[in-house]
Amino acid sequence: MKYLVYILKRLVSLIPVLLGISFIVFFLIRLIPGDPAATLLGSHATPDAIRELRIQLGLTDPLWKQYLTFLGHLLQGNLGYSYVYSSSVLDLVTISLPVTIWLLVSGTVFTLLIAVPLAVLAAARRNGIADNIIRAVPVVGLGLPAFWLGIMLILVFGLKLGWFPVAGYGDTLSDHLRGMVLPGVTIALTLSPILIRSLRASMIDVLSSDYIVTAHAKGISTSRVVLGHALRNAAVSSVTVLGVNIAYLTGSTLVVERVFSLPGIGQQMINSILGRDFPTVQGITLMFAIMVVVVNLLTDVTHAALDPRVKLA
Amino acid sequence: MSASTSVGPVLPAVTGTPRRRRGRWNVPLVAGLVLFALIVLCALCAPLLTSYDPIQQNLNDAFLAPGAKNHLLGTDSLGRDVLSRLLYGARVDLRVGVLAVISPFVIGSLLGLISGWFGGWIDAVIGRIVDMVIAFPFLVLVIALVFAMGPGTTSIYTAITLVGWVAYCRIVRGQVLIAKEQEYAMAARASGLPTWRILLRHLLPNVVLQAIVFSMSDIVLTLLAIVTLGFLGLGVPPPTPDWGTMIQEGQQFILDKWYMSTIPGLAVVLTGLALALIADGIVEKANK
Repeated sequence: MKYLVYILKRLVSLIPVLLGISFIVFFLIRLIPGDPAATLLGSHATPDAIRELRIQLGLTDPLWKQYLTFLGHLLQGNLGYSYVYSSSVLDLVTISLPVTIWLLVSGTVFTLLIAVPLAVLAAARRNGIADNIIRAVPVVGLGLPAFWLGIMLILVFGLKLGWFPVAGYGDTLSDHLRGMVLPGVTIALTLSPILIRSLRASMIDVLSSDYIVTAHAKGISTSRVVLGHALRNAAVSSVTVLGVNIAYLTGSTLVVERVFSLPGIGQQMINSILGRDFPTVQGITLMFAIMVVVVNLLTDVTHAALDPRVKLA
Repeated sequence: MSASTSVGPVLPAVTGTPRRRRGRWNVPLVAGLVLFALIVLCALCAPLLTSYDPIQQNLNDAFLAPGAKNHLLGTDSLGRDVLSRLLYGARVDLRVGVLAVISPFVIGSLLGLISGWFGGWIDAVIGRIVDMVIAFPFLVLVIALVFAMGPGTTSIYTAITLVGWVAYCRIVRGQVLIAKEQEYAMAARASGLPTWRILLRHLLPNVVLQAIVFSMSDIVLTLLAIVTLGFLGLGVPPPTPDWGTMIQEGQQFILDKWYMSTIPGLAVVLTGLALALIADGIVEKANK
């Protein structure tokens, strides 16, 4: 019950954030230098067409009224219409969103597969050879451009070895899964350094606490102490770190989708930018922010569920 | 696994090994600084290191392999010398990367200082704006802003400033909240010094270290953002050489000309490594 109230409160606290997001997205169109209508239509536009678009975009209204209209449309799920495709922005987003979510899930799974064993190994044998190597990895990984890493993976595992598709996402479930391996690994390789660092630190913290000493003193095997007792507690704080970074990496999906030609919302955003399709860019920017908000919400809720010390009040 | 019989190896925190000696310098910091200095030197001395113009096309000499016809790293699809594009690209990317960190650093730190010190409605307003901005993935908002403002370095600077200041603001604000309860801050306040003096002369030197440490990794992130913009075709407009654009151009020919994308990518990785080492070294130094 208390938990439900916590979730509800957390949901209510999202309202100002969502309003803020809509405000920023609304203001994007104001940043276009000069007259947005003229810029949107390009250099061949007639003055009449420009005037018409100004009225259509509501640019003749006062600013507050424009924002309220925009917000009103948003609340009805209306993100506007694409200038390039003959469909609504919402439809474009709904078609491509599943691909991006697949990619995020795949990236998270591979991150856990890479980061958890390495962090545990490093923490259990602190200052050993493995630990020193594992600690050096984040330093190299920090400056690794995700898109370049993706190209290199394509080169080695796609083109030279032929293990995975070079691009695209296929039509069947098994194609989807195969197509998601390299992009997922790309995301994982850029995300796991940060996670390894934090998980290792909290493992070391936990391993030096009294209850671990007690567990050792009781004669429980080391592997059980490390994996059973320590990891569970160390994982709690790393959930937050993972959450924050998934939110950050939501941005990288955009680039990874581009490299692997995955038809997700990131790819859609770049195509719309190159096609100067303003409503679609606005809609997708909004969608990305909503995804971050959802990931943050899930992180907090998971954290609260895992850690009884989190105050639910 | 020898550890299964003893509790020793898994209880390291208590014993601890004697770590590196105290001192102003440490291995990561020196290695990072040397590497970074070399990269900057290469960029500055570009005209001495190569005789080719980075934007001079020569379609007869397109797609030369590294080493052919006096082109050490070969030529690209338009016959431009890859080495000189790499060196001149370093000038562009490093300049934008370093400069684009300065204004978010200054603006964010000042707002964090104000926000943490005064609290109340000022803190609430700044806090809400921070919440709004961090709700967006960094790259997505930067891309959307650059798109809206049009291509060019000014747009890139502005976009990165508009998005990047929040990190500094949060870091400094957190530090101020701790620092303002400490004796020196209270003493400064009690002695009736003007507020700006307390903030800039007493508080700032004590809270800015975390922001400086972050700015080192932030340069890496900013460099990555700029290269990524170039890769997506939204960066520094052509024909100006830029590593991201070079990687993107190389991707089309990846099958038989693998080095076209690999070489500029390695340049990014090397630069990132240098900066990450410097950041690591500063942290290590600060923790002593």
